[in-house]
Amino acid sequence: MNDFAQSFATALDLITAADAVLVHTVALSLGVSGAACLFGAGFGLLGGAWLAVARFPGHRALVTLLNTLLALPSVVVGLVVYLLLSRSGPLGSWGILFTPSAMVIAQTILVVPLVAALTRQLVGDSLRDGGDQLRSMGAGALTCALLMLLHDRWAVLTVLLTAFGRAIAEVGAVMIVGGNIAGVTRVMTTSIALETSKGDLALALALGIVLLGVVGVINMLIGVAQRGRGSALAGAR
Amino acid sequence: MDIGMNLRTVSRRAAVGLGLAGLLALTAPAHAQERFIVMASTTSTEQSGLFPHLLPAFKAATGIDVRVVAVGTGQALDMGRRGDADLLFVHDKTAEDKFVADGFGLKRSDVMYNDFVLIGPATDPAGVKGKDITAALAKLGASGAGFISRGDKSGTHAAELRYWKAAGVDTPVGKVAGYKECGCGMGPALNIASSSDAYVLADRGTWLSFKNRAKLAVLVEGDTRLFNQYGVIVVNPARHPHTKTALAQAFADWIVSAPGQATVASYKIGGEQLFFANAKP
Amino acid sequence: MNSATLLRLTDVSVHFGPVRALRHVGLQVNRGDFVALIGANGSGKTTLLRLLHGLVAFDGSREVLDATATQVMVFQRPFMLRLSAINNLHVALWLARVPSAERAARAAQALQRVGLAELRDRPARALSGGELQRLALARAWAVRPQILFLDEPTASLDPSAKKEVEALLAGFAAEGMTLVMSTHNLGQAKRLATRVVYLDQGTVRVDLPTDRFFSKVAGASSDARADLFLKGALTWTLE
Repeated sequence: MNDFAQSFATALDLITAADAVLVHTVALSLGVSGAACLFGAGFGLLGGAWLAVARFPGHRALVTLLNTLLALPSVVVGLVVYLLLSRSGPLGSWGILFTPSAMVIAQTILVVPLVAALTRQLVGDSLRDGGDQLRSMGAGALTCALLMLLHDRWAVLTVLLTAFGRAIAEVGAVMIVGGNIAGVTRVMTTSIALETSKGDLALALALGIVLLGVVGVINMLIGVAQRGRGSALAGAR
Repeated sequence: MDIGMNLRTVSRRAAVGLGLAGLLALTAPAHAQERFIVMASTTSTEQSGLFPHLLPAFKAATGIDVRVVAVGTGQALDMGRRGDADLLFVHDKTAEDKFVADGFGLKRSDVMYNDFVLIGPATDPAGVKGKDITAALAKLGASGAGFISRGDKSGTHAAELRYWKAAGVDTPVGKVAGYKECGCGMGPALNIASSSDAYVLADRGTWLSFKNRAKLAVLVEGDTRLFNQYGVIVVNPARHPHTKTALAQAFADWIVSAPGQATVASYKIGGEQLFFANAKP
Repeated sequence: MNSATLLRLTDVSVHFGPVRALRHVGLQVNRGDFVALIGANGSGKTTLLRLLHGLVAFDGSREVLDATATQVMVFQRPFMLRLSAINNLHVALWLARVPSAERAARAAQALQRVGLAELRDRPARALSGGELQRLALARAWAVRPQILFLDEPTASLDPSAKKEVEALLAGFAAEGMTLVMSTHNLGQAKRLATRVVYLDQGTVRVDLPTDRFFSKVAGASSDARADLFLKGALTWTLE
């Protein structure tokens, strides 16, 4: 218990001191995972919506594959992306291994199946309710799916928050493709891993608390924005 | 409120957001014009804290940034073979010589050495304390006390296996009663030893920086066989033309030169020197 | 081309797996008709409506004789997006490719027509049953369809809401819209329809103008089952 109390105190000290290295590390975490979430949202929302409307031979197999990818270990994604981006690999000429770009790519790959699978479920359920009506009103398959994304926007937001959580909390992928280089690719989770392996458990835990705190503040801001939308766009159940 | 206009506004904002985020995350490669090299080194070297002491001195002398990717020795050598690093700074002479012989590196130069120490519970249930590592491991093997091995093909792991062999145990896995492999770095191995009152072979650097000692203490040290030699190798541009050979060579030259060696020797933890500079002139 | 017949079904059958929902149905919808489809639950009324609207796969022939005649369907429980009432209308107008300059005006006008103008900014899913049905009618009317299909539009409404909806439908018919409506309510069919079609177990048993359909009740009917249905139902649904 003493460890936890000490760590909380350390966390508060770190935050108030706003040490430059810490600020940079937090900013990089948010930037990499935020970017991955945005790209993941783009591919995942469209992919999931398309899967909800499209029907073709092999559709069920694709959905099974997608659901399986939900369990992709982050370290496996990191390894695959490393092999792709390595100088000896097919995309070596891009020269982005051990840079934040590689980390964004790895986390995007991690996040897309999550967003797609959940979106497919959401949109599929809504289409069962109102697909006929929208079709009858003249909406094509893709338009139906996009309208349902608008219809389910709060659920979609939760999906994106889940994706962001998955990205910012993972350490396996960014460690391998980023290399945990101080000041360049060191993010919160890899810092925590490093301090743990150095035996500085109190600091590691404190960094963990800081990370949770930052994500907590972001969620609070989203909550405030949600309540502020009492306008015509906000829907009742 | 026109829904069509709403969709347009939303998508415009999303596009701007995406663009900004992309820019933010992708600024690193834009600094490709910066003078930097990627150096593959080991986790134990990083955890010793040497780099924050050494690299700024190098940058001041040459203006070159060194980006250290710290992994196990095996992975570091693999990085060199793949061309993902510009130079290597590891401590496994046998593997390093093979690396050069296979044509992946230009030439290997001695830089410094630190030493390994046998760590264990201060009460020393296996009675290994002394100056002879071979005798100590022989006693440990017979006693059935717990021993944590890194088991990760690192330089430390390779050294550990050599000492066991010298003590008459060819492959300790399965043969030594309390022997456990964790497949992990030096820090985590020390963590496990500290929480399970086991013995572990560690490099002095990581030990000195290790903050979770519990009841552990140094039991065997000073045996010359425990000395751990570091070498620097520039990756062969014939194999990987894209590597920054000139900049990497600048580091290799600096670290074996007088100022580089002095910087290495001046690194201390708690007043104790960690690394002993021994580059051949 | 202003043909009197808009849709014609000839020998149409529909099955969902082993269930035969419609069997050898022949039906014609003419311009200006107000057709009431009546029958017991499971007789195929909803399937027939959806088939006429083009939502169902079938065997046989379905001819759309006037391709320019726009069709809209109001389902039994109208689906509204999680938007305000007026924004739901905007979506419908957008899907119908109404030019953007006209959309705001047509949306407001449609809400006015059904008496929901003050609820324009209310979340559509927060409306009561009667208000929801009227909003669905506004959504349909805003698009100015030539043919309007309705699946039991007043089934779940209280008497006053029912009256409001019937008044709106009568108004649409008076404006020249062609309507095809399924209903349980014989009195409603008698009040509103120009033609009554009786369905039993997926086949059309009777298809007559309204007055002739109901006068047959008093005398011998050509269809014994229709007679039974009408007699059985009359005692409790004619309001």
